[in-house]
Amino acid sequence: MNWVWFHRLGSPPHFFRIAGRMIPWFAWLAAITGIAGLIGGLGLAPPDYQQGEGYRIIFVHVPAAVLSTTAYAVMASAAAVGLIWRMNVAHAVAASSAAVGAWFTFVALATGSLWGRPMWGTYWEWDPRLVSELVLLFLYLGYMGLRSAIDDTARADRASAVLALVGVINLPIIHYSVDWWNSLHQGHTLLKFGKASMPPSMLVPLLLMMLAFTLYFGAILLVRARGEILRRERNARWIGEAIGAGS
Amino acid sequence: MMHWLYMGGYWPYVWPSYLLTLFAVTLNIYLARRSLSAAKSEARRRAQAQRSEA
Amino acid sequence: MSARTPIKVSPARAGWLLVQRDLRLGLRRPGEWLQPLLFFLVVTTLFPLATDPQMSRLRDIAPGALWVAALLSSLLALELLFREDGQDGSLEQLAVLGLPLSWLLLAKTCVHWLLTGLPLVLVAPLVATALGAPYAAIPGVMAALLLGSVALSLIGAVGAGLTLGLRRGGVLLALLVLPLAVPVLIFGARATALAIAIEPMAAPMYLLGAIAVLSATLAPLAAAAAVRISLE
Repeated sequence: MNWVWFHRLGSPPHFFRIAGRMIPWFAWLAAITGIAGLIGGLGLAPPDYQQGEGYRIIFVHVPAAVLSTTAYAVMASAAAVGLIWRMNVAHAVAASSAAVGAWFTFVALATGSLWGRPMWGTYWEWDPRLVSELVLLFLYLGYMGLRSAIDDTARADRASAVLALVGVINLPIIHYSVDWWNSLHQGHTLLKFGKASMPPSMLVPLLLMMLAFTLYFGAILLVRARGEILRRERNARWIGEAIGAGS
Repeated sequence: MMHWLYMGGYWPYVWPSYLLTLFAVTLNIYLARRSLSAAKSEARRRAQAQRSEA
Repeated sequence: MSARTPIKVSPARAGWLLVQRDLRLGLRRPGEWLQPLLFFLVVTTLFPLATDPQMSRLRDIAPGALWVAALLSSLLALELLFREDGQDGSLEQLAVLGLPLSWLLLAKTCVHWLLTGLPLVLVAPLVATALGAPYAAIPGVMAALLLGSVALSLIGAVGAGLTLGLRRGGVLLALLVLPLAVPVLIFGARATALAIAIEPMAAPMYLLGAIAVLSATLAPLAAAAAVRISLE
């Protein structure tokens, strides 16, 4: 296995250049799949036989929830790479991932609550998925709080990376414990979406929206990571050339 | 059209969800671009300062 | 200081010496480690005052009250874990000893638990009885709190290591540690509820034990990494 690409990606100027070239691709593909998913989800998909038109919240709620966990996974893996190989670029990616992830955790919570009002008759139900999402939001806020409390960037990177890794070990345990707790007190899940039973006219828009959100996340992540790299490498010589201020 | 906007009576829940998501999507684009352009102008400023020193 | 020969001490011996030193230092200042205990007692007293002092009603909220109070008390105690040693530089000495720092931190966390976690377990019968738990429930309540407080001390050590030397450490520490403590809270409160209802409590106890064992193996490693980063 050739690892050259990995080490080259770890070099800030190279990453800065590659990221700049990839952002338009991610952005346009996200826009196209997003519009297709919206047309499919809001227009073409038939109403649900149980939830009527109300189920259409799924096309933003589930992608946001998926994005919130993807962002945490990206953050923790980047943090691990940054800790192990002392790679500045990876820390920049981890830092960029957190803010976006926290925003979409909030979106998943809010849309889940809006979905809950017609389906459960209340904006907040102690549903295990919502509770796990809430704890995830707290984990994000803790991560960002730790980062902002440490002035030295290198120390903030490494300390928050340890926290991200501890969090990623804890997340499955938290998820399991919340599920377990819920099964005691309710015994049944209030809201079920059986993925297997979903007809293609609903499933395809949902998958398109999930793809769109993931591509969108990729684009935002790269834009933010470029900014973070510029800030970290502020005294490096390559920066003058990269942003066209050198000549 | 009105029928579609009405969402079978679920419009008070469906549309706010979509609007909130749209808001978060645009806000994150704005925040990311602002952070990158701030970093760029800061880097440019530094590059100029270094040149004038040299 | 020229040509210092390294002192050869086995990790086990070093850990034992550290336990003795920390215990001696801790016992010399009873005010510090009594405070979390007092806090625990005061908070559990507040619950009946804030709700309804009828014993049957109290019994329902007893597990929640006990565990929220224990969690907050352990959070309050965490500041004692590394603060003193971080300020006077002994923590840096430990880090450069050449012995596994995670092992030494495990020893420190053990002493911390002996001084701040064990007292909660020992007063638990008093508090549980006051909250309406039957006498037969006492051993179960104590066992659950024993396992849970061990896990809380260990998880807290990671947070204490990360926030070491930060100015706004206190609230941040709570924000970091509380979400990680959710599983301990859930299983601990459930075990306590089953104990109070005089029902078999094996299932949550196994899970609580698993969390305690898992945190005993992983938390010292994470805490050592955190302390090293904070000392850089």
